Amino acid sequence: MAEYKTEPLKCWPKAKELRLKYYKDYQQAREKGGIRWTGGAWSFDAIPAGLGRDVYNVTGEPYAASIAFDRKLSLECLEAAEAKGWARDLCSYMRNYWGSMYLGKYAFGGDYPDPDFCFQDHICCSHGKWYQHVAEYKKIPYFCIDVSVGPYKDIDENRLMFVVNQMHESIEWLEKVTGRKYQDELLIEAVENETRSTSTWAEVCCLNMAKPAPLDEKTMYSLYVHGTLAKHSKEIADFYEELRDEVKYRVENHIAAVPNETCRLMSDTQPPWGFLKVFRYLEKYGAISVGSLYTFGLIGIWETKPDGSWGPRTTPMQKGEKITTRDQALRVLADWNLSKPEWQHFYDPNLKTDMMLQIVKQWQLDGVMLHLNRGCEGLSCGIMENRLGIAKAGVPVMTFEGNMGDEREFDEKRVMVRIDSFMETLGVTMQNTSTAAP
Amino acid sequence: MFEKFFDWYKNRHDYARDWLAKNDGQVVGCFCSYVPEELLYAAGMLPVRMLGAHEPQDVTEPHIFGMFCPFCRDVLAQGLKGRYDYMKGIVLSQSCLHLRQAFTSWRNHVPEDFSFYLYMPNKVQTEHARSYFAGELVKFKDAIEKWTGKTISDTSMQEAAELYNENRRLMHEVYDLRKGDNPPLTGLEAMVMVASSFFVDKKDHNAELKRILLGLKSRKLDRDTGARLMIVGSEDDDTAFINMVESVGATVVVDDHCTGSRYFWNSTQFSGDILKDLSNRYIDRPPCPTKDWEERTRFPHILQLAKDFNVAGVILIQQKFCDPHECDMVPLKEYLNGNNFPTLFLEFDVTVPLGPMRIRVEAFLEMLGVEELF
Repeated sequence: MAEYKTEPLKCWPKAKELRLKYYKDYQQAREKGGIRWTGGAWSFDAIPAGLGRDVYNVTGEPYAASIAFDRKLSLECLEAAEAKGWARDLCSYMRNYWGSMYLGKYAFGGDYPDPDFCFQDHICCSHGKWYQHVAEYKKIPYFCIDVSVGPYKDIDENRLMFVVNQMHESIEWLEKVTGRKYQDELLIEAVENETRSTSTWAEVCCLNMAKPAPLDEKTMYSLYVHGTLAKHSKEIADFYEELRDEVKYRVENHIAAVPNETCRLMSDTQPPWGFLKVFRYLEKYGAISVGSLYTFGLIGIWETKPDGSWGPRTTPMQKGEKITTRDQALRVLADWNLSKPEWQHFYDPNLKTDMMLQIVKQWQLDGVMLHLNRGCEGLSCGIMENRLGIAKAGVPVMTFEGNMGDEREFDEKRVMVRIDSFMETLGVTMQNTSTAAP
Repeated sequence: MFEKFFDWYKNRHDYARDWLAKNDGQVVGCFCSYVPEELLYAAGMLPVRMLGAHEPQDVTEPHIFGMFCPFCRDVLAQGLKGRYDYMKGIVLSQSCLHLRQAFTSWRNHVPEDFSFYLYMPNKVQTEHARSYFAGELVKFKDAIEKWTGKTISDTSMQEAAELYNENRRLMHEVYDLRKGDNPPLTGLEAMVMVASSFFVDKKDHNAELKRILLGLKSRKLDRDTGARLMIVGSEDDDTAFINMVESVGATVVVDDHCTGSRYFWNSTQFSGDILKDLSNRYIDRPPCPTKDWEERTRFPHILQLAKDFNVAGVILIQQKFCDPHECDMVPLKEYLNGNNFPTLFLEFDVTVPLGPMRIRVEAFLEMLGVEELF
């Protein structure tokens, strides 16, 4: 059994502080005369940043994940949504979010802070509809940008410009609904920050190729989340650089996330947030999930390097390119986001299978655990074809069914037993027999 | 009178095989009603809409996770079972994630010579969608030309668009007859009339429409109209369900389905640039809920249909797990009820439990009849 030294992340308290500050800033925005807006984690948050430095947002998915983590509050929210008549199989993030809105309860204390407008993007069926309802319910303006123009490998001028033209349109709309004059220099700054933060996150993920892995996926969930909150902000970009440097130190000094690492895995899609103990259970086998396409590529931006490996996408600044105009900034922003790994499978599950197999190879993994996530149609799209593709490539793969945001759809005992069986097929034994499956 | 439509609907594969024997082109499967069939038709193809068979099946579980709609799985099952073994091409026009998976899994597991994913915009409410989609139609046309080795001329596209417009105009004429007090056709007949148009050459369909229109105005049905109903929701070619509804004292006089009125409601307007005209036609059509944002343009359209066809109530149906429609159902119900149209919501699967649904429909009809009683 391998025994590595381990220690807590030094920047962990800062990660927690930044996250809490984000939600408090939003809550207190109006007291400071600022603007509040809401939209998805994939929305182009760099665009409203051009309205001023007192513009704060809450992104729906991580906010709903925070609710889901609090199982009591989550149940209240889900039931509030169901009482309005919404179907139980709709996106569970959306239902948690709507429930919080109906109840008027903010997951971080106090009343639900009403946004001034909704600003969203659309690639999944639920995206455009989610904030359509919020806007109607709160009687606030709404703008949504359609980004479903195909996989990045096939992007051409017509497809790119459809997104860029909508971005230009959104700026005119923002000026109209807020009465503020748009500041291009703030947009440019935000775009540069976004490319820096999302590329740096990919760098952090690359460091997890090391054996032992310096981070486990459960920890990574608490770190990638900052990119889902405000990927355009300087604070987050700076934090990711600080994190990268610390993780680099851990690699150089063989500081492990899991001291008994013997088996390396990856997961897929959002985890069942109320049951993160699944990852702790894996540790009893010396198994560690070192990440996933979800953790790496939900926010992280990647590219294929000349040697065929997968690595952080080179930022415009690293290339020596200077962004000087609004149009240039929007083109960079659109192009950058269209290359997002988690946007590719919406058009073809084979693209996702290829990326997953690349991760298996590069991160030297022993197996894959697919979460068949009833709560997210977007990231579950094509997942059974991924399973077939991974199995065909000879990589051990297991599935477990659950729901990222609705604990009523997670059978804990059954999942743990499935994990036991998977471990058995991988030839991994439990290292602490006193913690058998419940 | 509608026997030919029923025959085409029921024996769609026989029709396609006969067509192949008589024509030089290929049969191309269209996933979603947003596929601009006119381009395929102009290339000498027979575009056919991919629908399910309403049979329980067990072949799609390894391919599509069970949380996606039964319709997309039923469609994929047709390919996996080899029911379309004569077909050489498939096209998806981008809409929901559900049907998209039927297409991508079909592409992975059912051999076809030609497959094309058309990136139809989801935001149809921006003016930029028009030029963008026209640009995508150029790529679609180029791909068909590359496959067939033949050029698609502007004239052939214009002629195809005119033929499709004629089909739409004729079906409108039939639908208009349902506005009267005693509609000369049932909802079942209307459903099969539209659904059969997905499978046959529009020339044949138009000829049959013209034939029935000659006698339809004077046709008297040997049944009471009963309650005039509208049916609204996801894909629906469930003939057993509509037949049941019409057997318990009601007539479905209008619908808002992609397998019904939404398929043919608007026409191509000609301006001299045929690809732009086709782009506009598909951008402007009554939308699927997945494309109906930021504004809700569907609701006023549905309300207008309900008024124009003088309906007493609306049955809202939805394929289980159909997220786009699930996102519309709650506000749509409120909207219709707020405009004094009572509603009944029912969830559909590949097959529907007619017994329990009959009880619910009868209760709904009884509720609609209360005003007449008192």
